[in-house]
Amino acid sequence: MGVSKQQVSDVPSSKRAPDDIASKTRGGEKRKLQITQEGIVFLITVLMFVGFSLSLHNFLTAGNVLTLLRSVSVLGMLGLGMGLVVIGRGIDLTMVASLAVGMSWALQMTSGGLPFGLALVAGAVFVVLSGIVIGLIVAFAEIPAVFTTLAMGGVIFGVGNAFLFTSDVHNAPKNIGWLQYLGYGAFLGVPIVIYIFAALALLVYFVLRWTRFGRLVYAIGDNPLTARLSGVPVRPLIVSQYVASALIAYLSGLVIVASNSGINTRIYSSTMVYDVLLVVVIGGIGLSGGRGGVRNVLVGTLLVGTLLSGMTILNFSYSVQNLVKSLVLLAALLVDTIITPRDEQTSQQGDI
Amino acid sequence: MKLRFILVGVAALIGATPALSQEVGIENKARAATYDVMKGKKVVYMPQTMTADLTIAWNDVLQHEAKDLGFSLEVRDINYNTEQGARALASAIDDKVDLIVLQNSDVQSYAKLIEKAKTAGVKIIQLNMESLRQSDAYIGADWQGIGEAAGRAVVEKCAAGKGPSTKVAIVDGVPTAPVDEFQVYGFRKILASHPEIQIVSQQAANYDATKARAVTASVLQQHPDLCASFGIWDSMDAGSGAAVKEAGKTGQVFVVTSGGGNQTSCDKVQEGIFSLLISYDTRIQGTSLAVQVAEELQSQLPAGSQHLAFYTPNTLITKDNIRPDSCWTMKDLPYAQ
Repeated sequence: MGVSKQQVSDVPSSKRAPDDIASKTRGGEKRKLQITQEGIVFLITVLMFVGFSLSLHNFLTAGNVLTLLRSVSVLGMLGLGMGLVVIGRGIDLTMVASLAVGMSWALQMTSGGLPFGLALVAGAVFVVLSGIVIGLIVAFAEIPAVFTTLAMGGVIFGVGNAFLFTSDVHNAPKNIGWLQYLGYGAFLGVPIVIYIFAALALLVYFVLRWTRFGRLVYAIGDNPLTARLSGVPVRPLIVSQYVASALIAYLSGLVIVASNSGINTRIYSSTMVYDVLLVVVIGGIGLSGGRGGVRNVLVGTLLVGTLLSGMTILNFSYSVQNLVKSLVLLAALLVDTIITPRDEQTSQQGDI
Repeated sequence: MKLRFILVGVAALIGATPALSQEVGIENKARAATYDVMKGKKVVYMPQTMTADLTIAWNDVLQHEAKDLGFSLEVRDINYNTEQGARALASAIDDKVDLIVLQNSDVQSYAKLIEKAKTAGVKIIQLNMESLRQSDAYIGADWQGIGEAAGRAVVEKCAAGKGPSTKVAIVDGVPTAPVDEFQVYGFRKILASHPEIQIVSQQAANYDATKARAVTASVLQQHPDLCASFGIWDSMDAGSGAAVKEAGKTGQVFVVTSGGGNQTSCDKVQEGIFSLLISYDTRIQGTSLAVQVAEELQSQLPAGSQHLAFYTPNTLITKDNIRPDSCWTMKDLPYAQ
């Protein structure tokens, strides 16, 4: 508690978040002692990993570690998109709807005779448009993102359901070499999907750290009013954040289609989007915005991956797994609240 | 004399000709009566969703039948919402429709309403999911039988000395869903007589192919010599099959799944992602449903006076016996589009 309060008061709030990574290397002794949620989660992950490695036969093998990473790649990719929005003090609960509808539509058109590449572009246009609509509602109508995206998820899926496809199972087209390679291929023994995840992580890292867009996302997340008064084009930035998350969702959808040779639109009704949120929050990207980065998503993804892999190997039942997952999320939320109390100046009703 | 006979004969033939050449047929009085009984009756179809291949196919059958037989058909899509379904069911009962074709959400939710329908004189055909409360008829898959069929196939492949090992994995949907649990029960029941077969993992994948893939990949790491994987739904098990394929174990691991016989699953049998598809062929279900609807509409018996059930037969589809018409596509359903 003491440490965390010190952290808040020591660092000016606008500097705190984005420079987290850099300040660690630049900072003095005191900084090194800081307890961050990311650090705690990383420690737990390492402990769990070591524990599973010692206690479970075959846990610590190259094959199992790659399987673990492979299995959480989609979650991690979606987490990167969600993280980007959450840092900007938003939330995107439409990600799973976007990927399900966008990809299903593309696959439906492909089975209707359209070339796969063209269908993919059409699907991408659809998700970009829905991202724009969400962004406009959040930015201009100023309806809290959580309500907007909750409702828009239903709208996107409804549009898809009513106009874009007729059935809920969609198979990937056969004989598309690169799609097969994406889903089943490996380079130097590492599944391609892991490379895609890594590449996306690098891209988002680069955007957040080194582009004006990225820096301004932190500014908006930290204090939207100040950002606006300082001349930051807050509204267009918010819109582009939702477009980015929709595109990342679409890419994750492509990975799902490649991996499972198809997609079922029913994933929209699954709890997937909350799993994504779990990754982001556990990793330490506070829901109040302005803090965290790609590293947090990676740490969160690793924790969830290790947890799921271990529980699967231990053959825990469904209810126990859900209980453990929920307890971990609750713990992460508590730690998040303790380490970063609500900022009285900027938090408002309706924020989450 | 001879000539007279011939003339008479010719005249008789000429006289008879009009009757022979202008056969007007015979009216089937029974048919007309049958159609009259069904004409104008009210039928409500309540599927869990209108996007699943199964429910669309049933709808197609019912729409055709309604048009042919002259009864009115109303579709109430409850979109997996049990509460909404309960309201729709209650209102259909209040409307005193003649027949409700109901796909239950689970064994429990509509039990009371089914009882209420009986008292109100409304007949109910239950589809693919039996409620604890029986109604006039059940038409649908034989869930336990599917599990048993899968069990027998797995025993065939994995009994001692037959496969790479005697290890078997189960991929469940949600362990509280009766449809899943009937299958798992049937599967385990058959395996019980082969104690050498070990179930090394039973995990729920929540009907999500991505989760099924992760689970199966993990299990394959632990048990590289896995002999078979049994899943409860083809759409989810596509993920299990994909994990087996990625691990390069297609052919070693016997992947068993079940579904309504949509072409997308037959394609996966052909690709080797599924080793065995147990199909509760929706075409057979549709035909059975059509017969049952006609029967209920004609029957003079009051609602709830008998409890009939028809568990549709399972078709076992493998790469060896697959034929172009083993599965069906949405394009085969004129009403679906």
